[in-house]
Amino acid sequence: MADGDSASHAAFQAASEVTAERLLDSPAHEQARVLRTGAVSARALAEAALARVRAQEPALHAYITLTPDEALAQADAADAQLRRGDATPLTGIPIAVKDLLSTRDVETTAGSAMLRGFRPIVDCTVVARLRAAGAVMVGKANLDEFAMGSSTEYSAYGPTHNPWDLGRVPGGSSGGSAATVAAGGVPLALGTDTGGSIRQPAALCGILGLKPTYGRVSRFGVVAFASSLEQVGPFGRDAEDVALLLAAIAGHDPLDATTAPLPVPDYVAELGRGVEGLRIGVPRELLGEGIEPGVREAVEGALAEFARLGAHLDRDVSLPSVGASLPVYYLIAPSEASANLARYDGVKYGFSAHDGPGMWDDMEQTRARGFGDEVKRRIMIGTYALSTGYYDAYYLKAQKVRTLIRREFEQALATHDLLLTPTTPGVAFKLGEKLGDPLAMYLSDLFTLPVNIAGLPAASIPCGFAEGLPVGLQLIGRAFEEGTILRAAHAYAGVTDWHLRRPSALAAGGVRA
Amino acid sequence: MALSHAEVRHIARLARIGLSDAEAERLREQLSTILEHFQLLNAYDTDGVPPTAQTFDLTNVERADEARPAAGAERVLANAPRREGDFLRVRAVLE
Repeated sequence: MADGDSASHAAFQAASEVTAERLLDSPAHEQARVLRTGAVSARALAEAALARVRAQEPALHAYITLTPDEALAQADAADAQLRRGDATPLTGIPIAVKDLLSTRDVETTAGSAMLRGFRPIVDCTVVARLRAAGAVMVGKANLDEFAMGSSTEYSAYGPTHNPWDLGRVPGGSSGGSAATVAAGGVPLALGTDTGGSIRQPAALCGILGLKPTYGRVSRFGVVAFASSLEQVGPFGRDAEDVALLLAAIAGHDPLDATTAPLPVPDYVAELGRGVEGLRIGVPRELLGEGIEPGVREAVEGALAEFARLGAHLDRDVSLPSVGASLPVYYLIAPSEASANLARYDGVKYGFSAHDGPGMWDDMEQTRARGFGDEVKRRIMIGTYALSTGYYDAYYLKAQKVRTLIRREFEQALATHDLLLTPTTPGVAFKLGEKLGDPLAMYLSDLFTLPVNIAGLPAASIPCGFAEGLPVGLQLIGRAFEEGTILRAAHAYAGVTDWHLRRPSALAAGGVRA
Repeated sequence: MALSHAEVRHIARLARIGLSDAEAERLREQLSTILEHFQLLNAYDTDGVPPTAQTFDLTNVERADEARPAAGAERVLANAPRREGDFLRVRAVLE
């Protein structure tokens, strides 16, 4: 302090800490604005985020690894960046990163015992981009093992709890990322989405989550599960925050040959354009049977709201083959997984059993003990589908039906700007409820799987509550038109307040037993 | 579409996953149920339909074949379960 008065210095410190704690409840774009005024430092904001996350962890378990030392060093660098006046919209913003994303020298487990203690030698591209933007990583978020699951219960490090009801799942596989954003620990998080792993937890936790178009975001350094389906994407509490984070991670990457060499639009600039005149299709197959009444009611309410905003709704849309999505997905994804996960042989890195009589026994024991049940189940399905005599009937057949589904989406989106569906058939289910029944677990992704099959962008946005639990709706766009989805989400949030609701027990950092 | 115990053992061997008898039996039941559900695909006519392996039609992405700096043996070997000097230590491959 200029006057050197230690009492007023302490008072200023106390006041600024209160402000940082309160600022944590604001969206990231508001946090960035305040950071630029200098009223709160990135360091104070990082300390507030870490304190809140730590207070919530016993109840939530949203993280596998907290990275306080890294976070504070990044916050100090962010403060220097802010002082120099070359801050980006993410400078000093606390963020959680799904533990499927490689972080240099920071343990990256993929939620698996197989990778306990594994420290990558490089950052994945999206984390490198966040570092360059000055974001502050507070920790590595919990997930289903190797991103295979819909509840985060398949994590080898224990389940994450839903902040709206601690007896329920947050969804998955990016459940930790969704739960910590919903609980107010951080305003932004990264997840990955192979069949719904961003959108389904976003819906179950009452926040926004977006899966970009296949090829929009680099997968370099992301622990591989199903390479033709997965994308990294953002979680946030409003459309502007999701737009900012997407803009920071999107774009061509020479290290990932599947990224599109296309320019990244200014998503934030597009937000205010409204939905008047937009043609929104409602595929009848995805608003049919098997949807909980409360979910249907919330989605119907949202449709009425979009109509009031001037969008043209069309309920006469059909995707005749979309009913095949579950078998198509659960053949293609496990087939790709069985190939990708062949690398875990206990030789180069990761868990290694070496007490058997020979090499093959060691390898079988490495994989027997290193992988959890769901991962083994999927490797087995994929190995079977690719094996001699079954390839044509299963894998190739699934790839052909994939073409049908993809064509039907292309057709529907030729005459509509967006398609709207519920994100999930039901609200967050109870911990343990679907653990004994893999097929029931798979069915919770029924509406999100087709989008990965078609490679399209889609987001889940909060649209109401049923039984006191959040409901999400899914907006699906044309390839590389994430901006239209975000624009619709922004317009909808302008006339509703679902995205502002917070789980009261945890929002203030309190812990409920 | 019920799998036999022998089929489960065969798949596990191809995938190099060790299974206890109890695990093999549980997987046999679960995989049979899942494969049964997959039969649904037969209802879709795919005559003349090409398979989709990827959704964005990029082809032949190439980069210059140039030497670039690498992380170095020490950093790579830091994650190795067993090493001997600058080498990964493995069990005998030829018996």
